[in-house]
Amino acid sequence: MKISLSSKLGLAAALIALPQMGLAQDAAATPDFNEIGPYIMTTLLFCMAGFLVFFMAAGFAMLEGGLVRSKNVTMQMTKNIALYSIAAIMYWVMGFNLMYPGEFNGYVGSFFVPTVLDPVGVAAADAALDYASIGSDFFFQLVFVAATASIVSGALAERIKLWPFLAFVVVLTGVMYPISGSWQWGGGWLSEAGFSDFAGSTVVHSVGGWAALAGAIVLGPRLGKYGKDGKVHPMLGSNLALATLGTFILWLGWFGFNGGSQLAMGTVGDVSDVSRIFANTNMAAAAGSVTALILTQLLYKKPDLTMVLNGALAGLVAITAEPLAPSLFGALWIGAVGGVIVVLAVPLLDKLKIDDVVGAIPVHLFAGIWGTIAVVFYNSEASLTTQLMGIAAYGVFTFVGSLGVWFILKAVVGIRVDPEAEMMGLDKAELGMEAYPEFSQG
Amino acid sequence: MKLIIATIKPFKLDEVREALTTIGVRGMTVTEAKGFGAQSGHTEIYRGAEYAVNYVPKIKLEIAVASSLADQVCDTIIQTARTGKIGDGKIFVLDIAHAARVRTGETGEDAL
Repeated sequence: MKISLSSKLGLAAALIALPQMGLAQDAAATPDFNEIGPYIMTTLLFCMAGFLVFFMAAGFAMLEGGLVRSKNVTMQMTKNIALYSIAAIMYWVMGFNLMYPGEFNGYVGSFFVPTVLDPVGVAAADAALDYASIGSDFFFQLVFVAATASIVSGALAERIKLWPFLAFVVVLTGVMYPISGSWQWGGGWLSEAGFSDFAGSTVVHSVGGWAALAGAIVLGPRLGKYGKDGKVHPMLGSNLALATLGTFILWLGWFGFNGGSQLAMGTVGDVSDVSRIFANTNMAAAAGSVTALILTQLLYKKPDLTMVLNGALAGLVAITAEPLAPSLFGALWIGAVGGVIVVLAVPLLDKLKIDDVVGAIPVHLFAGIWGTIAVVFYNSEASLTTQLMGIAAYGVFTFVGSLGVWFILKAVVGIRVDPEAEMMGLDKAELGMEAYPEFSQG
Repeated sequence: MKLIIATIKPFKLDEVREALTTIGVRGMTVTEAKGFGAQSGHTEIYRGAEYAVNYVPKIKLEIAVASSLADQVCDTIIQTARTGKIGDGKIFVLDIAHAARVRTGETGEDAL
């Protein structure tokens, strides 16, 4: 995403800057389409792309619901709808204006400035004609922060308590994500330094991955996942059809995620770029999934569907930092490397006894880092040093910040259910409601 | 009266049922079961980690017949359920001390 400073700045400045707007125009005259067209088209882009990214919440829910055991499905669904809703409220309360503060010191904007929409039936003269409506911009940005929180819920599934998890979501979506997001997309110090992250391999996905990694370390693995001899005991997902549906929904949503991040649809170039992004995004996902299919066949003698699903998502995360500049072949190999990363990183995390139920850390953190580095191959304005600096800055801030929040929650209220509840399943123990009450337990 | 308990490979169920009804078996109880024997288990890989599948799915048949029919039932199951590979199953034959039909109260072979 590019910087959306102007939507918050005085409109007068924008009018002067854009010659086609007709400075001498009579206030009473109806503006012609050349003046309001880009505003309408870009607002439309934000709405459409926002709907698609919103639907990714369903994708995350289905993916996680399919990869957890059936005794934890109701809890996972509860976390997913709650985290999305909390993110939506927190982003209004403070997140949006903290992330897009306009003029600020480049590091932290103002807290507790709730979002205010355009007035009802806003006149063209009062609208941000060089950009889009506040409502569409707010909504489009809001669905991104919800995606970040979804990443965390998958990694920590099957053992974390509901309310401490939601407390973390409040801090992540209201404070941490908006602050670090402002460094890049809010026009802060990293964007000044030339860091490049088009739709958020780092700003969104790695941030979710770092928060998930910190949580997985503090929380510890599921009971019985790692034997005393270091042996890994897999815990099979309850429904791979749902996991596949979730992956396809995420894939669809990603067209909005990356395409909408063009942040403009008022010119031939912009519309063409949006479609270019769609094609590249699709290619990267396809390459990631085929790579994981072939690699698991070679390594394990049988293809592993769950890895193929992760591979598609890793391809998507990898292309997210620069979905516009690469050729289709570029998108193919960037996505393919994402697929390799996932297949190799999932067993690696198990070796380290970091229990990530759905593969969120390999997909969103590792492939996100890769995608952010890969920007330098096709975007001549990006430098490797700056990309690494950005990756490190987001890593340190989010990982250390998350560790702090997780440790505080652990000390104050406890974040993990007791062993008996974990064995029984969170659905019965914490909610008293099973996802599949008419079937025997898996 | 004999009770014949047989475990067979699940895909052989329909074939066995057809063959048994042809020789005059009028009822049986079928249960989806799992267990291990000579076939033991095998290993699978999930997300890069190997795990043992210790129990193999089987179908358990329970068939109550007149003693005169028992040998024929055993032979029929052996012929139809056999693939020649490990895991084809086992058959146990037990004596039945008493049998009754719930609807009519009939007892003995009349109840079968």
